[in-house]
Amino acid sequence: MGKVKKSPWLLHYDGSSCNGCDIEVLATLTPVYDAERFGVVNTGDPLQADILMITGGINQQNAPVVKQLYDQMPRPKVVVAVGTCACSGGVFRECYNMLGGADSTIPIDIYVPGCAARPESIMDGIMKAVELFQKRSDEHDRYEKEHKGEAGPVDPNINTARDKVRMKEMKGAADV
Amino acid sequence: MGKKSVIPFGPQHPVLPEPIHLDLVVEDERIVEAIPNIGFIHRGLEGLAPDRDFQKYLYVVERTCGICSFGHGLGYVESIEGIMNVEVPERAKYLRVVWAEMARMTSHLMWLGFTADAFGFESLFYEAWRIREKVLDLMEMTTGGRLIYSVLKVGGVLKDITPDMQKKILDDLNEIEKETREMTRTFLDDYSVKTRLVGVGVLTKQQAHDVGACGPMARASGIVCDMRMRGYEAYADLGFEPVVSQDGDSYARCEVRINEIFASIELVRRAFERMPKEGDLAVTVKGNPDGEYFARIEQPRGEAIFYSEGHGKPALDRFRLRTPTFANLQALCETLKGAEYADVPILILTIDPCISCTER
Ligand code: SF4
Repeated sequence: MGKVKKSPWLLHYDGSSCNGCDIEVLATLTPVYDAERFGVVNTGDPLQADILMITGGINQQNAPVVKQLYDQMPRPKVVVAVGTCACSGGVFRECYNMLGGADSTIPIDIYVPGCAARPESIMDGIMKAVELFQKRSDEHDRYEKEHKGEAGPVDPNINTARDKVRMKEMKGAADV
Repeated sequence: MGKKSVIPFGPQHPVLPEPIHLDLVVEDERIVEAIPNIGFIHRGLEGLAPDRDFQKYLYVVERTCGICSFGHGLGYVESIEGIMNVEVPERAKYLRVVWAEMARMTSHLMWLGFTADAFGFESLFYEAWRIREKVLDLMEMTTGGRLIYSVLKVGGVLKDITPDMQKKILDDLNEIEKETREMTRTFLDDYSVKTRLVGVGVLTKQQAHDVGACGPMARASGIVCDMRMRGYEAYADLGFEPVVSQDGDSYARCEVRINEIFASIELVRRAFERMPKEGDLAVTVKGNPDGEYFARIEQPRGEAIFYSEGHGKPALDRFRLRTPTFANLQALCETLKGAEYADVPILILTIDPCISCTER
């Protein structure tokens, strides 16, 4: 972890996981593993969150909720997919109600594998997310300084140029 | 009389680790009615049964829920063993009981933590989860997994608990029992905790019976129903007694779950005492399931029913699972009526909701 100046807030949401990964995300935040020592804190409010941790794949009914949570988070933001289900769909990939992994609906930055993902690897994911968040927020600040009051170069709903391409690809899935 | 308005609760809410949506009809600060809306994590895993081999489908069933994953696996293998008339070796039966009871302990400790969090007692939340980690370490030592164990198979179990491990488990259980007793003093005797729990969300015995509540929810209302009394696996030899309380409020539900933790510790100890010292872990199962069977298991949250139907093919034709939270949701709507808005998070948590089982 390089120089981290900000303390990002975490938001956790359950796409359609089996609960295993949710509980591990919470266990990572409790004292035995204590992810809070890296400067993150758990919140329930998407409007104040910087890092979204999503567990489980996405099903038909949950897709609009996930999309809305993602949109409600202020930029810059980082999304972490926790668990095999969130990465690819996992054992439920072929179920009739599943759209697939979490990246079927929103752009994902960091993938944490495992079924259930172990707290150690979740912690690794959180550290990577904190780093990435710092990078993005530096970029964001620099841009603001250089272009005072001008409109941003990218669509306000998306993070980076890569997201832009991916959002276009998954338009069908996201507009449920 | 105030104006009625509808407040949506969830699907994303700070106290809920899982999505469930409730429309709360409130009048001033009182709830008049609660209308649940589920389906946010419906995956449709029962639909996978016809295209999976019945041995491999076990791993899908275990992933119904990460908290009671052992119980789901157990119910499924029992239903298949019932169809195929498989007699499980004695030692495997005891091992299954040990793992099932330890899984129940992790689940109840987790629930205690969540409840403490819901009434705003964060250090108690962390304390419960700290103790839970110790039980998880024991699970990891014996099965290799923290939440998803995969130690079951049709006809027995895959792993053994060696004498060394047994000794370590018994030592650690003493410590866990001591720490849990200390922690639960706060739950049961603390003044501020009592103000949030005593008399909140009363479910009378009659109501519990009418809505078909099950598990700790029903037992806290004075109904003696526990599937372990059926004596499946080795429970019949272990002298199992259900934990019951009479008041039916949130405090009673807390009490029942706390006492169940101690009962589970006792059951694990007895199981180690009476377990045959050696023996096979599994019998070989030949052929494919042909027939149907209902298995009933006591999960940490109540009675779960597993139905399997096969017609001599490697894959089952139908698998159906009825989970305890689905039954208890009715009880939740009953307790929410007339409750204060501020008590809603606690009331939702006292049924110990496991949404991913409910919606599968
Ligand atoms: S990756 Fe495994 S533990 Fe995590 S949600 Fe999926 S099935 Fe459950």
